Amino acid sequence: MASVRLRAVAKNYGAVRAIHEVNLDVEHREFVVLVGPSGCGKSTLLRMIAGLETISGGEITLDDQVINDVPAGGRGVAMVFQNYALYPHMTAAQNMAFGLENIGMAREEINRRIAHAASTLKIEELLQRRPKAMSGGQRQRIAIGRAIVRDPKVFLFDEPLSNLDAALRVQMRIEIAKLHQRLDATMIYVTHDQVEAMTLADKIVVLSAGRIEQVGTPLELYHTPRNTFVAGFIGSPKMNIIDGKVAAITPEGVDVETPSGRLAIAAEPAGLAIGDSVRVGIRPEHMGVGKPGDGLAVVVEVVERLGDETMVYGTIGDGTSVVVKLDGTARVRTGETIPISVAATDGHLFTMDGEALRRTPAALEGLFDV
Amino acid sequence: MSSAVSRARMVRLRDGLSALAFLAPFLVFYLLFLVYPFGLGIWISFHDWELVGSFREWIGLWNYEDMFADPQFWRAVRNTLTFAAMTVPVMVGLALLLALGLNRQTRIHGALRAIFFTSNVLSVTVVTLIWIMVLSPDRGLIAQLFRSLGLEPIAFLASTTWAMPAIVATTVWWGIGFPMILFLAGLQQIPGELYEAARLDNASPWRRFTRITLPALRRTFVLVAILQVIGQLQIFGQVLIMTGGGPSQSTRSLVQTIYETGFADWQLGYASAMSLFLFVVMFVASMAQLYIARQED
Repeated sequence: MASVRLRAVAKNYGAVRAIHEVNLDVEHREFVVLVGPSGCGKSTLLRMIAGLETISGGEITLDDQVINDVPAGGRGVAMVFQNYALYPHMTAAQNMAFGLENIGMAREEINRRIAHAASTLKIEELLQRRPKAMSGGQRQRIAIGRAIVRDPKVFLFDEPLSNLDAALRVQMRIEIAKLHQRLDATMIYVTHDQVEAMTLADKIVVLSAGRIEQVGTPLELYHTPRNTFVAGFIGSPKMNIIDGKVAAITPEGVDVETPSGRLAIAAEPAGLAIGDSVRVGIRPEHMGVGKPGDGLAVVVEVVERLGDETMVYGTIGDGTSVVVKLDGTARVRTGETIPISVAATDGHLFTMDGEALRRTPAALEGLFDV
Repeated sequence: MSSAVSRARMVRLRDGLSALAFLAPFLVFYLLFLVYPFGLGIWISFHDWELVGSFREWIGLWNYEDMFADPQFWRAVRNTLTFAAMTVPVMVGLALLLALGLNRQTRIHGALRAIFFTSNVLSVTVVTLIWIMVLSPDRGLIAQLFRSLGLEPIAFLASTTWAMPAIVATTVWWGIGFPMILFLAGLQQIPGELYEAARLDNASPWRRFTRITLPALRRTFVLVAILQVIGQLQIFGQVLIMTGGGPSQSTRSLVQTIYETGFADWQLGYASAMSLFLFVVMFVASMAQLYIARQED
């Protein structure tokens, strides 16, 4: 068993508060991804769990034992660093052995563990090489191997793929996912890449400015973002956010008058009155070309043809930029105005503070069945 | 076809000339102040060559034969090697210790770094005068210390036992700043993540030092050691001012002997031969260190 609990965990740098009383539960065997923009505190939080940063307030427990004052080496966690942090003067095998030698493990057991990790990661032929004689992907494997041999309760990953090129990143992402299945280990993973977060996580934690914005499964965050920050952060391209006013409240939801036409959104109108300002959120992939006069009138500025899909960059009446994702054969030209239709059940509605209004049961039907 | 070939040749010639033009300022200095005097030194060492006047007689290897048979010369060689053998390890070790102690980004550590480096900018005259005062058996700092402990002060510079260590101490105090800065630069290039990984790997401070810090400083070690050996084998100013080579020749250094042979006795040929011997010693010492460093890589 290896579960991690954070209770009101805070971090101050002098007078600056970097982490604001964060509460988080990481269950045994769970793959939790901390995601957020640069400076949101995700790495700091991970380093606090690792024991590399002191904890200014609150409590971190590992298997119900408070580890606030346990030194990094004694916590039973292993970490994979962004720059790998391999010891440059040691071979791959020596890198992996170092931590085990330090706790006085018998040589045969060390060798057995290294051989096992090497076969898991397919790095047998690298064991006698030094880091400088390896490629980035190979170094990354050694760094993961160094974590595996310690047989830790929790694996911590700090942006492990961000120094790799795009193709290798996809490959390593899949390998990490396989590794998680094979090792059945608890993993906490930090990234700023929402695709990594969506593909790897059992549970995503979205952070912004030292606070947790939302915790949920990838699909929960995608379908029911709690606010405009999460809505904009999860999904690519970003969700379009369009300002408007409540025009009507219907049994199906709310009708919103935008600068470029009226949209029906299947959201519960809790507390809204006609004439209130609201924000409409629509994902680019939920937009389609409608009949003239339908939905939003979008002035097309740039068309990107990707073969299987077409990305349309345009503006609406008040100058707000929107992105529309159409299929590869969509007949769209730069300069023309196209009517964009959106199904009411695909729309999101937010207050002007950015808080999401609950989507109606009709909108949510079937979304989490997968 | 042939015009294309000749044009390519023209371009290459023009590139070569412009490269030469950029190199010229350095090349002129290099030839004039390094290669030419070095060659001249070798040439002079085969002569009986007076400093002033026109007496120059080719005598072949006689200067060298004289030198190898000269007990004064060997005494100076022994003194110089002893001095270097005492100074270099102390300098390297102490500089590393200081660098390790001062490798922190606080105001106090910054101030201390500056203080330890300051002695480096003083001239040899200032440094030796300070230390003559410190070592003085009458009113020196150390003599006061001895008296306060009820001990008889030692006349360091007048003692055949203590004169050399006193010059070593002076030299270390004077020169410690530069190797310290080199070690600091080396330390600051070690990524902090390595130490974090080592903490997670349960490495004790000693293991972190021997397995991460020391291996990372290997190149700096070689550089510092070579610079120190080359520098300390040329010991001159401190000896000249503090002891004049005494007492009873116990601190006479090779460069001092060369200087006195050439400029007091006017025997430039003999002095040149000794200079070349010193050059060979320094060259061999440097090459040996580079070779050892490469073996370990």
